Amino acid sequence: MSEPLLQAVNLHCERDDRTLFRDLSFSILPGTLIRVEGPNGSGKTTLLRVLAGLNDNVEGDVLWRGQHRRHQREAFLQNTLYIGHRPGIKAMLTPLENLQALTAGRGQLSDQVLIQALKGTGLAGFEGVPCRRLSAGQQRRVALARLLVSDEPLWILDEIFTAIDAQGVEALERLLMTRVAEGGSVIVTTHHDLQVPNMQRIQLGVGDDV
Amino acid sequence: MWQFFHKLGSPKWFYDIATRLMPWLFWIGVSLFMAGVVWGLAFAPPDYLQGNSYRIIFIHVPSAFLAQSVYIMMAVAAVVTLVWRMKLADVFIKSAAPVGAVLTFLALFTGAVWGKPTWGTWWIWDARLTSMLILLFLYFGAIALGNAISDEKSSARAVAVLVLVGVVNIPIIKYSVEWWNTLHQPATFKLTEKPSMPAEMWVPLLMAVLGLYLLFGWLACLRMQTEILIREGRTRWVKALVQTGGNA
Amino acid sequence: MTSELGAMKAVILRDLKSAVRQPSDLLNPLLFFVLVVMLFPLGVSPEVEFLRQAGGGILWVAALLSVLLSLDHLFRHDFDDGTLEQLVLQPQPLFLLVLAKTLAHWLLTGLPLVVLTPLLAVMVHLDGNSIRVLCLTLLIGTPVLSLIGSIGAALTLGLRSAGVLLSLMIIPLYIPVLIFGTGTVMAAADGTPVAGQLALMGACLVLALTLAPFASAAALRISLSNG
Repeated sequence: MSEPLLQAVNLHCERDDRTLFRDLSFSILPGTLIRVEGPNGSGKTTLLRVLAGLNDNVEGDVLWRGQHRRHQREAFLQNTLYIGHRPGIKAMLTPLENLQALTAGRGQLSDQVLIQALKGTGLAGFEGVPCRRLSAGQQRRVALARLLVSDEPLWILDEIFTAIDAQGVEALERLLMTRVAEGGSVIVTTHHDLQVPNMQRIQLGVGDDV
Repeated sequence: MWQFFHKLGSPKWFYDIATRLMPWLFWIGVSLFMAGVVWGLAFAPPDYLQGNSYRIIFIHVPSAFLAQSVYIMMAVAAVVTLVWRMKLADVFIKSAAPVGAVLTFLALFTGAVWGKPTWGTWWIWDARLTSMLILLFLYFGAIALGNAISDEKSSARAVAVLVLVGVVNIPIIKYSVEWWNTLHQPATFKLTEKPSMPAEMWVPLLMAVLGLYLLFGWLACLRMQTEILIREGRTRWVKALVQTGGNA
Repeated sequence: MTSELGAMKAVILRDLKSAVRQPSDLLNPLLFFVLVVMLFPLGVSPEVEFLRQAGGGILWVAALLSVLLSLDHLFRHDFDDGTLEQLVLQPQPLFLLVLAKTLAHWLLTGLPLVVLTPLLAVMVHLDGNSIRVLCLTLLIGTPVLSLIGSIGAALTLGLRSAGVLLSLMIIPLYIPVLIFGTGTVMAAADGTPVAGQLALMGACLVLALTLAPFASAAALRISLSNG
């Protein structure tokens, strides 16, 4: 058994006097896909934001490769890719410019590579069009193009299938499976009925009572 | 030491200690303050320049003093909130800020009342009064931000950042305002210097200042207790406390 | 170190590009600046003597208000479209990225205000030397306004009615820069040397540069935790 990438230890999160989750512990191992499940408002997004390091209004510990994450912040951030509800696409910029900006802090990628990634998500020919002229699904695809050039071993993906058409969903599922087969780790939330072998589940929103 | 620190973070522990401490704070504070004020207002000699009107300093100076100290206390609590995430520090900030604002207002008001006979006008843009006015807005800002953020923890940390930024700015504000208006009365009372006032004046003033500090301590405890009861309303000890009618 | 500089450059470029393609955001604070200055001759007095005396102060107050008005944009767009989350999750120290964003904000608001100032200064009858000093004080002062303002913008992120709250929090903190700025211009009008006061303003800038990005970064993390 290989060493876990990320471990959550006794996470406890309250919001507006409501307990979202408590005593939540799990490990994310290399080569696994975890799906966080639960009804609306059960804290799926909050959990992913906690794991990504965006929300620290939480008790308990998050360990990165066995050590406290706050001492490993840079290593953690370098090795994690988070795509949220709002994926960080600027309406005024073109898909290529958006990708350039989003990947700038994470190693140099040539424009060639980025254009290739945009092609890979079906955005060939749209590289130079401002994103505000693209449809919602196309804008999501710009963000998802990051997955094609990502070498981060951990992906944290919140509702990635939103606004993506059937073809895109299929391609994305395949991408996730390849990724996991190559030893990457993925943790997702989605309302889409994801079919991936060996998928692990984290169920939220049950036992909500104190 | 750590254990003590840990205890200090426990709301229940604080609640019990505060209950025992408060009568002392209140009675010693009231006696000192009243003695100082009565002595100052009724028995201290009149000022050779300002006559009797100067007597308002027995209210003005203590409240101005405390108004500034409360902000500094809040800044210390802000550090504790940000570094150790101690709930009690945040409770203190929340409880103390309105008291500080009221004290600042009191200092401004008495300053204005003092200004009428001294300068012939209710308000002059004197450096000390202006600094006080700015301090009042620093308090308002912190209170407003605290109210605007609904999530308790985020609110606590945001207010702590703002208070710290404010406390870094206070000396700069003071310096700039003094630079802007060099025509102002020298500070009445400095701890490091021998006071230029006769003992009959500064002893009651010192008593009033000390008394007001203790009274602030009492009021802070009271407000903190209330805040703790609201926040910890779901815990067992608060429920028990409520059932026994608060005599626990 | 190069990765830090590269990331900062990318942040600045992104903000500049976005702003240039949406010029109304760029223009509005400038128009506001002109309008506020215009209110004084109309509302108080158009007399040359009054305007000459008060001109420096009027322009400073107007510049301060337009920076304040533009602060809401500093992080809000990024907050709404998720760019801010990605910024916080970059491996580079957040305070550097915040500094880059603040610099972009200054290039887009503070600097144009300084460029516009001589024109307005002539309209309020300031003499040549005063105009020079006024521009210099604004050149040093407006970055301070952006830096301090970034803290307030970060703290009020995601709140309803953030605008008024932002002003309430930030204006008291602006007072020292305003005092030093207008004081310097007045001294220049009297013909006294201003090097000392300019140095004082420089000190304010250095202090704001070293402290404000840390406070804003902390405030951003808090605001995002809430989201």
